[in-house]
Amino acid sequence: MSTTDANLIFERSRAGRSAVAQAPRDHAATRIPANLQRKSAPGLPAASELDVVRHYTRLSQKNFSIDTEFYPLGSCTMKYNPRACNSLAMLPGFLNRHPHAPASHSQGFLQTMFELQEMLKEVTGMKAVSLAPMAGAQGEYTGVAMIRAYHDARGDTERREIIVPDAAHGTNPATAIMCGYEVREIPTDETGDVDIEALKAAVGPQTAGIMLTNPSTVGVFERRISEIAKIVHDAGGLLYYDGANLNAILGKVRPGDMGFDVIHMNLHKTFSTPHGGGGPGSGAVGVSERLLPFMPIPHVIEAEQGGYRLAEESDRPQSIGRLSAFGGNAGVLLRAYVYMRMLGREGMVRVSEFSTLNANYLARELAAAGFDLAYPKRRATHEFIVTMKKQAKERGLTAGDVAKRLLDHGYHAPTTYFPLLVPECLLVEPTETESKETLDGFVEAMACILAESENDMETIKSAPHNLPNRRFNEVAAAKALDVVFQPVDEGDDNAPRTGTHG
Amino acid sequence: MPFIPHTEEDIRAMLDRIGADSVEDLFDEIPADLRSPPLTGIPEGENEMGIARLMQERAALDGMPSNFIGAGAYEHHIPAAVWQIATRGEFYSAYTPYQAEASQGTLQLIYEYQTMISRLTGMEVSNASLYDGASALAEAVLMAVRVNRRSKAKRVLLPGALHPDYRKVVKTLIGNQGIDLVELPFDETTGQTPVDALAPHADEDVTAMVISQPNFFGILEDVDALTGWAEERGIPVIAVVNPVSLALLKPPGEWGTNGVDIVVGEGQPLGAPLSSGGPYFGFMTTLKKHIRQMPGRIVGRAEDADGKPGFVLTLQAREQHIRRSKATSNICTNQGLVVTAATIHMSLLGDEGLTRVAEACYANTHALVEKLAAKGIKPRFTGEYFHEVALDFGGDAATRVQAMADAGVLPGFELGRDYAQLEGCVLACATETKTESDLEQYVTTWEQAKAA
Repeated sequence: MSTTDANLIFERSRAGRSAVAQAPRDHAATRIPANLQRKSAPGLPAASELDVVRHYTRLSQKNFSIDTEFYPLGSCTMKYNPRACNSLAMLPGFLNRHPHAPASHSQGFLQTMFELQEMLKEVTGMKAVSLAPMAGAQGEYTGVAMIRAYHDARGDTERREIIVPDAAHGTNPATAIMCGYEVREIPTDETGDVDIEALKAAVGPQTAGIMLTNPSTVGVFERRISEIAKIVHDAGGLLYYDGANLNAILGKVRPGDMGFDVIHMNLHKTFSTPHGGGGPGSGAVGVSERLLPFMPIPHVIEAEQGGYRLAEESDRPQSIGRLSAFGGNAGVLLRAYVYMRMLGREGMVRVSEFSTLNANYLARELAAAGFDLAYPKRRATHEFIVTMKKQAKERGLTAGDVAKRLLDHGYHAPTTYFPLLVPECLLVEPTETESKETLDGFVEAMACILAESENDMETIKSAPHNLPNRRFNEVAAAKALDVVFQPVDEGDDNAPRTGTHG
Repeated sequence: MPFIPHTEEDIRAMLDRIGADSVEDLFDEIPADLRSPPLTGIPEGENEMGIARLMQERAALDGMPSNFIGAGAYEHHIPAAVWQIATRGEFYSAYTPYQAEASQGTLQLIYEYQTMISRLTGMEVSNASLYDGASALAEAVLMAVRVNRRSKAKRVLLPGALHPDYRKVVKTLIGNQGIDLVELPFDETTGQTPVDALAPHADEDVTAMVISQPNFFGILEDVDALTGWAEERGIPVIAVVNPVSLALLKPPGEWGTNGVDIVVGEGQPLGAPLSSGGPYFGFMTTLKKHIRQMPGRIVGRAEDADGKPGFVLTLQAREQHIRRSKATSNICTNQGLVVTAATIHMSLLGDEGLTRVAEACYANTHALVEKLAAKGIKPRFTGEYFHEVALDFGGDAATRVQAMADAGVLPGFELGRDYAQLEGCVLACATETKTESDLEQYVTTWEQAKAA
């Protein structure tokens, strides 16, 4: 790899160079008052179109992605993102539509969104679905804010606690706090289910609700969910469903039938919209009957005179309000719609069936290769946990080491050190779109690392070796913070090192 | 089976290995009484050809009107290279860069983004983006409350001339935090937020103050005077800005004497299509001293074991996956893919291109106003404006707006929706995409709508 690969776009810049074809014709100077004008140029890159295209194409090649590698990142559902979903969401008619276009110029889009709401209602068993939340965490916020609005509207204002299992995603407790609640954590029992006795002890008149993921983050189905629902409902609380793991149960069991009052779905997981290097997501929310009045706006509804329109404040006076300036990540929603229509009702069920088949097969093969499953007596759902506790103790082979060495074998690592309650864990989610050969190849790589650990821990400890970079010193990076490029200023010893400065 | 590679032999071999008779057996831990009914409400699967036909019809149904609506989302030309590269599978189908060594592309790009947006806003540091401009403002308000520990009141001043939906989003997202949001009136002649409006708060405990430049009406605020007022009292200032305007306008880092504390805004004008309102991205920049209070992902430069430079996610101890209930926010993802597009967009335009875009937007909107003035339509406010202007259409505005839409021109956003005193006013924006004949078409459809 040549040294210029490490250069920033700024270091490729040359004063006087620009991608002129991309700019409008020169215009006369403005009459903006002098005291409001910018005095010096911002310092954006000065590069030709080819410079820019080559630079970012090369950068892209330094990424692992689903399109290039197996990416069994547990809890993230890294399945194939069909290309048609992208190209059809990017049709000019969709891209050019302004969010405030009148209803007369919006029926194609609104009908599509209405149908998406209806399909999501069907697969979740909820009474209504809102497409407004822009990500899973915002969907969680929406759900818990609705729980709060529900209690408040009944004058039931003493409920100040949200119960969260210790296996929950970090967003759950963080969301409860943002909604003004206190968090009460309850333990998980040795089989991976919620500790029912602890739950019974935790609920009371102070309970606003519980946030649950089912299948849980430890990769097993919560078998006593009906009992949990009864305990929480009897105490006057509501049940929140974190839909991170919906992929495992699509078409098999629905959150609405399990007794949940409100759920969020991660469309970027279950419905295959792209993860995009960390977003955009989309956290559609489904509600039961009693939360209908509190749903966020806007929301697509059937118009009185036929066709569709957006419900606004006047339609829903008790709404928790707006979550974004314009009503959600429409482009993501279009992709999810195309995906659902291509799969159809039979395809929905295949998602859970084949993701579960792949996970159970992979778990079995890894166990046979000498790895310990965290919950060997349970069925895997769409994901499962391998614990490296034994190997870490015996020879210092940690989950983090396995993750880094896997990269050398051309596999993205599983999720490491989550959930927090299983020591040295690797959370593995193969998804339904991977073939048996890919899974077998992964098992071979894992077995190879295990064998290597018996005679050459050094190579593992210093992995990765085949990537653009070796392991980073993250502690040093957090101490000597460098989050914005500053060109080397001659004579300034404190200036960050930057290689060649253009 | 669509997107599922398993052959009959694969399925058989895998089940044998698991020791199950059928795939159905794998779901035997789900109680029978909970099993889902058939999903009859979902249509049968469509092939790619069928769904392509349907989506083309739907997209065509909404027409391709000549759009003069802005109101926070702006039509700009996006170079072809932007989304061609952003949708390369390596960017499109990667996830949050948890494994730094396998994510250097995304990480370096975000570092470059942080640099560009910091420079544009005149600030020291940036995060990797938030969901959109409105939710970024809500996060900035929460951040300002954390930053200003001296203040006990949790009182935040928001201009009435701030985007009304931003105000609503802030209320939704921080409504349960006991923060008092106080609205500052605007001058109904100039459209500006006058420094006088701050007088009633001169001796109050104010926790933070928001300034929007340009404001929702497109009007330029006297940002130095407003910022100066807050600086005298040690009140942190949050700036809400349009990134394209910053090619011409003084960056918030230079407002007043020492600049503002936090800058946020809607990133959409930097390479994201209008796309019915999203996905866009919210940007946030601040001062180094506040970085530990900033929400969202942050990328930092690091050295690897060989001393080779690279990039990692840094300061993760602020975030929900580490801090859980004590995190700065519940935010998990950023808007990675849109930021990828924005970074490529800014690189292609550069200082010169972005300046030309801003100048063309300014010129086109001012040219439209001149043409309409000749027909008797005047701007509602007297203040200087950037690329958006409130036009007084008169009492029958709603009918005229719909008639113009039916004739293929969306003339602007009706301000009466949010401001009773501005009933009959339409907020119009002519960006660099508009040609002389587009402006003429606006005027002629207006005249036809009037005559009808």
